[in-house]
Amino acid sequence: MQATLDQKYNFEIIKAFSVMAIVYLVVGTGIGVLIASQLAWPVLNFDIAELTFGRLRPLHTNAVIFAFGGCVLMATSFYSVQRTCGVPLWSNKLAWFVFIGWNLVIVGAVITLPLGITQSKEYAELEWPFDIAIAIVWLSYTLNFVMTIANRKTKHIYVSNWFFLSMMVMITLLHVVNSLAVPVDMFNSYSIFSGVQDAMIQWWWGHNAVGFYLTAGFLGIMYYFVPKQAGRPVFSYRLSVIHFWALTFGYVWLGAHHLQYTALPDWTGSVGAAISLAMIIPSWGGAINGMMTLSGAWDKLRTDYILRFLIVSLAFYAMSTFEGPVMSAKTVNALSHYTDWTIGHVHSGALGWVAMVAAGALYHLVMKLWNTRMYSESLINVHFWMATIGAVVYIIAMWVSGIMQGLMWRDYDEFGTLTYTFAESVAAMHPYYAMRAIGGLIYWIGGVVMLYNVIMTIRMATASNAVKPATATA
Amino acid sequence: MSDNNQTGPIQKKFETNIVVMILITLGLVSVGGIVEIIPLFYLDETMEHNQHKEILWDRKDGQTLNDWQAGDGVRPYKPLELMGRKVYLREGCYLCHSQMIRPFRDEKERYGHYSLASESMYDHPFQWGSKRTGPDLARVGGKYSDEWHVLHLRAPRSVVPESVMPNYVWLDDVTIDPATTVKTMEVMRDMPISPVPYTAADIASAKAEVEGKSEMDALVAYLQVLGTMVKFDETKDYR
Repeated sequence: MQATLDQKYNFEIIKAFSVMAIVYLVVGTGIGVLIASQLAWPVLNFDIAELTFGRLRPLHTNAVIFAFGGCVLMATSFYSVQRTCGVPLWSNKLAWFVFIGWNLVIVGAVITLPLGITQSKEYAELEWPFDIAIAIVWLSYTLNFVMTIANRKTKHIYVSNWFFLSMMVMITLLHVVNSLAVPVDMFNSYSIFSGVQDAMIQWWWGHNAVGFYLTAGFLGIMYYFVPKQAGRPVFSYRLSVIHFWALTFGYVWLGAHHLQYTALPDWTGSVGAAISLAMIIPSWGGAINGMMTLSGAWDKLRTDYILRFLIVSLAFYAMSTFEGPVMSAKTVNALSHYTDWTIGHVHSGALGWVAMVAAGALYHLVMKLWNTRMYSESLINVHFWMATIGAVVYIIAMWVSGIMQGLMWRDYDEFGTLTYTFAESVAAMHPYYAMRAIGGLIYWIGGVVMLYNVIMTIRMATASNAVKPATATA
Repeated sequence: MSDNNQTGPIQKKFETNIVVMILITLGLVSVGGIVEIIPLFYLDETMEHNQHKEILWDRKDGQTLNDWQAGDGVRPYKPLELMGRKVYLREGCYLCHSQMIRPFRDEKERYGHYSLASESMYDHPFQWGSKRTGPDLARVGGKYSDEWHVLHLRAPRSVVPESVMPNYVWLDDVTIDPATTVKTMEVMRDMPISPVPYTAADIASAKAEVEGKSEMDALVAYLQVLGTMVKFDETKDYR
């Protein structure tokens, strides 16, 4: 059975992306733990330019979003598009080009960002030669995916592919517009936009990197891997149709809610806030559709640790997509903007939703691709609990520190003067920054456990595969 | 569940034809951006200087950037300030410091008058930031002495014990490259969108302006000009 699948589909490329995804999970969250610790204990900047917070923070975000997230998306989309269309990839060579190109960009990021080579646009810091490389690789990825769908044996395009596709279309648009810049030299360029327009375009990109890359793309993962792992069909086809189109249309508008009460005109921020509130409907449509797919099979959660990852990720998704609209309401945003609450919100999405659904999908993939059981079931459970506890500790620390910052900054004493200096608010954050670093560390160790478990599984599977043909010939 | 699985005729068209699916998706995702972004380039009300001319520096023929006095209005950065801004970008200062004061009582008292869109019209890219791990810097100019800034950048905790900022000990050691300064000014002047109005004389003077200056000098010059360009009239509503 596995032999025929191996012949029919391109699995080697999926294996490569899957392994790199787990490596980047450990690297990216590891850098996160370091920079979180720098905010608690600034001595950890070591007075070395390349290791300071300001230079490593872009490396952290790029590593987790584009290195880890990108490899996860490419592994899962290239796998599920083959399975749902019943055909191999349109071009195996092009897929390998995407793998090599994407990883070279990541290597470039690891070298240039600590050197301070940056466009300074958040989540799009890489300089212009990399931007061009990313565009080429991303379009190759998209072309391969689309052509595989065009070759499909089925009549309908499966729902997971809609989500992957909308991500590819939107990220292309966002990346090209947001990265427009005029170079001074090979490693220095400046955005062609300025001030308020640049701010709006930056957050149009920023929020949709979240909305399409980390949400639509990962919903694509959810729509393939949750039904597969649960062994049940998607709960509601109609719900998936509605929530897909609503999400595709609506998410694009949300960027403006990052700029409320700024010099961005009021109408823009208000439109962004209004649509943000409405977005809870399509977001919860997806979460409900995923969770209800399990209805009638809840007992599986007791024994299937992978399913636990997938379901808890949906719980985090539901929570952070409730929190997001709340934070975009103007009165709440007045308090939450500029504080750690935003950082907490991002991480409830990133640690709880993105990385958990990815872990579930990656465990599923490793077992399918190497046609084996995991080396240790209980280590999956260890990873699950470390990820859950680590994420919760992190988020709680940031909720408390964020709301505290917001309240301290606007607090007045009985004489009508500001109660706290800014420096006092910084000092008050120390215990929460330490707590956040510990939460991150727990999460990171969970990732290391996963990497170890996967390496041992692959070694085990390769060893047993090597033995089999030998006995057959004997 | 079976009644949930009927395909309507329109949806059927979308999900059985990959080209239709791509085109419809592209159309849908474009709407939000078109509605929210494009008008910002055209609506006069977006930039306050269209209503309040005094916000912009009214530069007379032959005036150099050094003829400008604080409060004269928004002007392009001087060569040294522009290079200081480059250091600010390189070190990722915007990751912990915003440059965007919101119109709230506490922000006014802590940082000063709320920020205007026109104040960052020459900022390629914008530096509004998204996080205040440290305080807002939109109007930090003139609040501290140059000497304080140098001490603070070299060793923040020597002047603010609570600070968690890294020590920027290497800024003193690097000198500003005059050739890069000139090139950067030319790039700013030739921007296809929102070009910065540098004159030939501004660019010609750049080499002499930055000669022998360190990155520390440049960064301090940049910080000291932040928020000092516009003189605000407290009785006016600029937004």
